[in-house]
Amino acid sequence: MAEKLNFSLVSPERELMSAEVDQVDIPGAEGWMGILPNHAPLMTTLAPGMVRIVSGSDEKRIFVRGGFAEISPAGLTLLAEEAMPAEELDAVKIAERIKHAEEDVADADTDDKKLAAQQSLDRLKELQAAL
Amino acid sequence: MPSLKDLKTRITSVKSTQKITKAKQMVAAAKLRRAEERATEARPYTERMEAVLANLASSAEGNPNAPKLLAGTGEDKTHLLIVATADKGLCGGFNSSIVRLAREEIVRLQGEGKKVKLVCVGRKGYEQLKRLYSELVVWRTDFTEVRQIGFGEANEIASKVLELFEADEFDVATLFYGKFKNVVSQVPTPQQIIPAVAPEGVEPPDLKGAVYEYEPDEADILKVLLPRYVAVQIFRALLENVASEQAASMTAMDNATRNAGEMIDKLNLQYNRARQAQITTELIEIIAGAEAL
Repeated sequence: MAEKLNFSLVSPERELMSAEVDQVDIPGAEGWMGILPNHAPLMTTLAPGMVRIVSGSDEKRIFVRGGFAEISPAGLTLLAEEAMPAEELDAVKIAERIKHAEEDVADADTDDKKLAAQQSLDRLKELQAAL
Repeated sequence: MPSLKDLKTRITSVKSTQKITKAKQMVAAAKLRRAEERATEARPYTERMEAVLANLASSAEGNPNAPKLLAGTGEDKTHLLIVATADKGLCGGFNSSIVRLAREEIVRLQGEGKKVKLVCVGRKGYEQLKRLYSELVVWRTDFTEVRQIGFGEANEIASKVLELFEADEFDVATLFYGKFKNVVSQVPTPQQIIPAVAPEGVEPPDLKGAVYEYEPDEADILKVLLPRYVAVQIFRALLENVASEQAASMTAMDNATRNAGEMIDKLNLQYNRARQAQITTELIEIIAGAEAL
């Protein structure tokens, strides 16, 4: 195998993952991104969604809600506002998040905020449909 | 000279006090381990966040459109002090030393003719501060209902603070908390959180000549990142506070248990002496009685 990507996923409460992997797909705020080793430096905000981590033949899914991704030559770091492994995620938890997101859309006082809230709501609904 | 019965009651009462302090000490020791673990688990996030911020801050420096959270309001008139203490006592001087530090700061700022506002986190700090400065307290909260402090609680405080900032209620915010150095030493520490101070000693990563791409753009990311940074700082302080509180409580209860032990020893000695004196008197009485016959 060629070079590996140094990947770490941290939420405020704990470090969920720190490993050398082959590829990570992240839900960027403006679209999905597949990150391979030696990616150009990049910083982006995250939308809610599943992060897919590929390492060899292994594949792992972790749900994140909001946060940042930073890619530097040192590797990829996800600073998630909230993160949990896909296995822990169920319909009830998603429904709860959707309810919050709907409230956010209703509360948004500026167009910018409304747009951002709407986008994360859409992503969550997508996820619910996929589950 | 207390009677034998009095002494006995006192010994029993000190013994039960000792049991309580000992139990509290053990509880604190167990909780301390958990709290330390949580503080350590949260560290990677804070560190990464600081690195990202340091990185962005250096590129935003000198930019007149830099967000206020980073550049400040350009004034220094009103200070907001966020005083984070514990909800419970029985932890030695932990709460008082944080409050004392905050109070000194209030006196200093007021001496310089600046306005001071207070946000109290934790019941004990509020109780001590309200006596002198109740009119300065703009908001308070405590976690008596919360079993374990999570990021949600920190976020709640952060959003309140940011709300006040948006409303131009203050220019500078400083957070007071008990920094956890080790089990025997917790240092009350002030930390400025607004305007955000880029952490020192964090090296931006070597990009090997490349430049960061931002998605969406830099300003948008900073807009999201800075409020998060405030929340993260508060979260870290809260976690450290919990660890410090438990450590302080452990030490205080350890001392109390030892004191109780010493007291029991002393009382026991006194009790035995009194008992012997009584026996001697009784014997003398009997012998005297026998001789008289």
